[in-house]
Amino acid sequence: MRKKEKKLVVTFHTTADAMAMEKACREHGAPGRLIPVPRSISAGCGMAWCTALEDRGKILQVLKERNIEQEDVHECML
Amino acid sequence: MDNAATTIHKPERVKAAVLAAMDSFGNAGRGASEPALNASRAIYETREKLACFFHGENASCMVFTANSTESLNIAIKGLLSSGDHVITTVLEHNSVLRPLYECRERGVELTILDCDEKGNISYEEMEAAVKDNTKAVVCTHASNLTGNMIDLERVGEITRKKGILLVADASQTAGVYPVDVQKMGIDVLCFTGHKGMLGPQGTGGMYVRPGVVIRPLLSGGSGVDTYNPRHPDRMPAALEAGTLNGHGISGLGAAVSWLEEKGLDVLREIELKRMRQFYEGVSRIPGVTVYGDFSSDRRCPIVSLNIGDYDSSEVSDELSVTYGIVTRPGAHCAPLMHRALGTTGQGAVRFSFSHYNTEEEVETAIQAIKELVNDQ
Repeated sequence: MRKKEKKLVVTFHTTADAMAMEKACREHGAPGRLIPVPRSISAGCGMAWCTALEDRGKILQVLKERNIEQEDVHECML
Repeated sequence: MDNAATTIHKPERVKAAVLAAMDSFGNAGRGASEPALNASRAIYETREKLACFFHGENASCMVFTANSTESLNIAIKGLLSSGDHVITTVLEHNSVLRPLYECRERGVELTILDCDEKGNISYEEMEAAVKDNTKAVVCTHASNLTGNMIDLERVGEITRKKGILLVADASQTAGVYPVDVQKMGIDVLCFTGHKGMLGPQGTGGMYVRPGVVIRPLLSGGSGVDTYNPRHPDRMPAALEAGTLNGHGISGLGAAVSWLEEKGLDVLREIELKRMRQFYEGVSRIPGVTVYGDFSSDRRCPIVSLNIGDYDSSEVSDELSVTYGIVTRPGAHCAPLMHRALGTTGQGAVRFSFSHYNTEEEVETAIQAIKELVNDQ
């Protein structure tokens, strides 16, 4: 397994919102990728946007500008 | 010439998209592996394209289903409750009528608006039919039998004025006429992917205006919120239980792009030209009865007819076997329209044109009808 470090993880209510996020980040040149939601956040399933902690500003900006509804924004060891 | 049932010839890119999807797609929304993401991305892209195509507010307003029938069942059964009143028309397909009849058995009051001899409804009657407990008007954009259209913008004005919902069935018009859900005041739009949209069979969907809450017909796997005993209530997941038809939806997305590139107006002009050529060729033949209103070209490219009192199935079979012309006979799942036209027993032979039908093919069909009339 990779060495763990603290990451920013944005969760969504639906897959459609997660896909909207991926598209928006690609278009805005915002970093990150979709990952399966880690167990530490939710015992369910689904996709989350994962990026470095220092990208928080950029990511929140994308969410706001594109009017994408997130479930929550977490910081967790991944 | 049976394009009102399904369009046989799909754009090459539609076939290529389905094939590519079958080579690379995992299950959309189930994990974040590349194959799963490939499917999720294609489905999302198509969702966005459809939202743009029908002028929905955003991608989450668009729900994927297998066809119009599924969309209409979800809308009708999920919106109406015992004690509600609903208005529909005799132009409707069984995919509207049968769910409404089921609702009636469960205590929903149903008004079915009649039509005139040409197959047109009265908007004044529609407005007058609205009562205190009226929840919605459920109506088609065009009859699948006559090709006559209902002016949805006018219906939308009535439903908005009265504060009720408009559920529209665009099975015959999606991909043929522009449908702007916001301009027309449509609250729920139901469409299929395999007719005018030129996509694969097994694709379809619905637009649901933000704020309109529909009880789901199905619940189950959603890819999110697994340990919640209830199905998620967020759109579009709320109405999409189970694995989506990613392969087909990918093809549908390619079809939407193709339609937008070619232009609905350009394609429809060809279709209506073929319809008009056929109508002019057959409508004056003694012994031929054509149904519907051809006073304008604001209609779907459909011509339904009968020859004398011949069984429509025999005529259609003869057209197929002797002339290689594909048509649809019988009742077309539109029982009340046939009753209104007095063709319940005989049915009708439906010719429905697409942009790929040629002038020569239409001329052959006209000649075939002339020969069959002379054979009587």
